[in-house]
Amino acid sequence: MSWAHVGTVIVAAFLASLVEFVEALTIVLAVGTTRGWRSALIGAGAGVLFLTVLTLAVGPALQRIPLGSLQLVVGVLLLLFGMRWLRKAILRAGGVIALHDEAAIYAKQTADRISLLTSFKAVTLEGLEVVFIVIATGARGLLAPAALGAALAGSLVVLAGLGVRRPLARVPENALKFGVGVLLTAFGVFWVGEGLGYPWPGKDLAILGLVAGFSATALLAVAVVRRSAPPAWAGQPGRRR
Amino acid sequence: MGRSAREAAVTALVTALGSLWGLFVEDASLTLGILVWFAIAAFALPALGLRDARGGAVLFLLLALVLLENVRRSAERQ
Repeated sequence: MSWAHVGTVIVAAFLASLVEFVEALTIVLAVGTTRGWRSALIGAGAGVLFLTVLTLAVGPALQRIPLGSLQLVVGVLLLLFGMRWLRKAILRAGGVIALHDEAAIYAKQTADRISLLTSFKAVTLEGLEVVFIVIATGARGLLAPAALGAALAGSLVVLAGLGVRRPLARVPENALKFGVGVLLTAFGVFWVGEGLGYPWPGKDLAILGLVAGFSATALLAVAVVRRSAPPAWAGQPGRRR
Repeated sequence: MGRSAREAAVTALVTALGSLWGLFVEDASLTLGILVWFAIAAFALPALGLRDARGGAVLFLLLALVLLENVRRSAERQ
């Protein structure tokens, strides 16, 4: 197992988890600010406990499955997950759909009657994605580096949250999702190929080639979207396309 | 377990399954494209004798085409 592969796993898990932690922390911050930190932290703690139990239950079971089958299943799931992110990030970058607005989430949460369950749900749902990312990116005996990447991301986001205690609207979420979508898609294709017995040129280094290839494809896709999307005035009365 | 408790449990289960489904499936045509891509990778390419070093490049190119076509169609639908 090369350091390049371990490093790529850490970076992939770090970036992918960072997005989820940012989303969860935004809601926990809103709950804590409006309803008090006690209920927010109890809810978040309960979510973390639930996820820990889930990870301990699922992780060892995954390691007993034959590697090829595991790579196939995880690869396909990772593709579905990563391509979904990448597609959305491309459509956002191309101006087809609105950018995800963390500030809007914060305003909504502060206006609502928020309970401990809100914090629990946010941490559980976003955390489930982190668990999946860790299991997926660390499935080839690299759970520890993947968990390290996720833990670093979580620590970074918690520290940032403690430091600023403000909505995380300034985090360029779409750029993050763009990169994460590329990484997850590249890993997904690599694992599906491995699981089906395709010999990758350069073995694990092929992942870097796939990352470069999907980055170029995604940038091309943004240009295609900008060209294909109808102009903003197209739906207005009295105007012609 | 009372009826309301059962209903709450079913609702919670449906919500959880919906959330899980939403993690992977957002655009049905993209999901279908990925599954067709997988079928080609699993059956068609090996049948054509392409399960070799060229196969990886074909896998990438096919999936890149799926992505490009999907976002182009999505942009036109908006």
